Amino acid sequence: MAKKQQTWELRLYVAGKTPKSVTALKNLEKYCETHLKGQYKIEVIDLLVHPQLAEGDQIFAIPTLVRKVPEPIRKIIGDLSNEEKVLVGLNIRSVNLV
Amino acid sequence: MQLLSKTKTGITGLDDITMGGLPKGRPTLVCGGPGCGKTLFSIEFLVKGATEFNEPGVFMAFEEKAEELVVNVASLGFDLEKLQKDKKIRMDYVRIERSEIEETGEYDLDGLFIRLEHAIDSIGAKRVVLDTIENLFAGLTNEGLLRAELRRLFLWLKEKAVTAIITGEQGEGKLTRHGLEEYVSDCVILLDHRVINQISTRRLRIVKYRGSLHGTNEYPFLIDEEGITVLPVTSLKLDKDVSSETISTGISTLDEMFAGKGYYRGSSVLISGTAGTGKTSIAASFANETCKRKEKCVFFAFEESPKQIIRNMRSIGMNLEQHVKKGLLQFHAARPALYGLEMHLASIYKIIRETKPSVVVLDPITNLVSVGLINEVNAMLLRLIDFLQGEGITVMLTALMGMVDEQMDEGVSSLVDTWISVKDLESNGERNRALYVMKSRGMKHSKQIREFVITDRGLKLVEIYIGPSGILIGSEREEQKLQKLSGKDLKDQQERKLMASRRQGNAASEQSKLKAGK
Repeated sequence: MAKKQQTWELRLYVAGKTPKSVTALKNLEKYCETHLKGQYKIEVIDLLVHPQLAEGDQIFAIPTLVRKVPEPIRKIIGDLSNEEKVLVGLNIRSVNLV
Repeated sequence: MQLLSKTKTGITGLDDITMGGLPKGRPTLVCGGPGCGKTLFSIEFLVKGATEFNEPGVFMAFEEKAEELVVNVASLGFDLEKLQKDKKIRMDYVRIERSEIEETGEYDLDGLFIRLEHAIDSIGAKRVVLDTIENLFAGLTNEGLLRAELRRLFLWLKEKAVTAIITGEQGEGKLTRHGLEEYVSDCVILLDHRVINQISTRRLRIVKYRGSLHGTNEYPFLIDEEGITVLPVTSLKLDKDVSSETISTGISTLDEMFAGKGYYRGSSVLISGTAGTGKTSIAASFANETCKRKEKCVFFAFEESPKQIIRNMRSIGMNLEQHVKKGLLQFHAARPALYGLEMHLASIYKIIRETKPSVVVLDPITNLVSVGLINEVNAMLLRLIDFLQGEGITVMLTALMGMVDEQMDEGVSSLVDTWISVKDLESNGERNRALYVMKSRGMKHSKQIREFVITDRGLKLVEIYIGPSGILIGSEREEQKLQKLSGKDLKDQQERKLMASRRQGNAASEQSKLKAGK
């Protein structure tokens, strides 16, 4: 199925290496390895380095995870500590079911 | 001793009541209900900062879209697009869509801080507006975290030393819906928009201004094509310059009553009288005379249309049209009920500031009572007269008596320098006008009641005749005059006789004295 082949483009916005950001990235990598193995791309954007990028994706909270592809864009803010919520938020479960 | 330094807002009138502007380098909370003008207020603060004080500003919108905002304020002559291009203003629209966002675990609002900092640093902003940050509460569920972050944000703004305006929607029983006043405590301004007797008035009040004196009243303000104008009661200090120059009333016989000169320049004159006593004619004569001296006059007509006034005055030999054509005389006619008192006052202010006349006529002020309570009208007139005197402009007010009660006379009469009363005198089955000067500050004026006649060649006052039964006016006076004329010879004769008899009498008394001396 075409949908299954699609690469997930995920973007994680952080501001420096704060504990929250580190936790978020760790959590994200764990979930992706479990549920989206081989079909995901994670891009980490440090807003302390690229502050101009915050406006484009309407970032106000840190950390924020943005699902760019597949559309529509979804956002999850926080350290992603609740797996269930992240999966629902990213709509990963439903894709797997298909 | 170091005083709080302030940042001028550039909003007309506001810097007067805050005595210099908003606290520099600190956040100010501007709150009010929907449609009270918060966004406009803050935009004007930025635009004026950028254009007048060379202080670039950042506008962070949580409510309206940046593009919409540009269009909305364009009607006020604010070119946000150009200002953005010139790097004077930076707009950032923060969109929080509840449905797109999932919260899981801990987070903070560093993203917002980074965005704001980036915006501030990119143009070297000195001013910041957050409009309306409370929308964050609608987008995010973790209220405790939000509050902590907001507190941090306001502290951070202070550290950044930007003068900021934070807007907030008014909540029930509270200044803002989410209690922002708790965090922003240096200066709080409340905007209000209320409708009384179907007439809407906007008001502004400084609830709090830490470390500074400020006006505590509610000040009316309005939003027109030039932005916000706050109307403070202009200097009540009574320290205006006064002129001892006099200007003619336009009626030579009336000049005579004022020590032969007229009104003082820059003074206020009230003409009161019952209906149809010629108040407008007296006012028009004054306007006419002013224009003849090549000075500017603005005539605010609340009762008649300019054309009507011009026609009516033509019938008494006054050509006002020529002055209008030369631009010396300006008519502004508006029905009082057209808008609220404040709007009237503001439009009068504006016209006066633009035209810079030497004389202003308001005809009649009593009509304004139809849009406001008497004490409100009096307050408005107080402000107006104060303003005009500060500018050295002579003002003439006409008032219809009998329509309102004494309160109005009392209120206004203490404000004015000169008060002329025109009355109807009824006697012998006819009605005649009589005029007298009730008061004229600092001037020796006539205390006489004079008959006031309107002829097709203008207005004049006639010396009153005292007959055996008192004052003779109208046809009685005419009769007396005729008698006097026709009986002139007779009178001469009589006088000669009288003189002769006196001489005789004198001679007789001399004789008696001589006798007594003996």
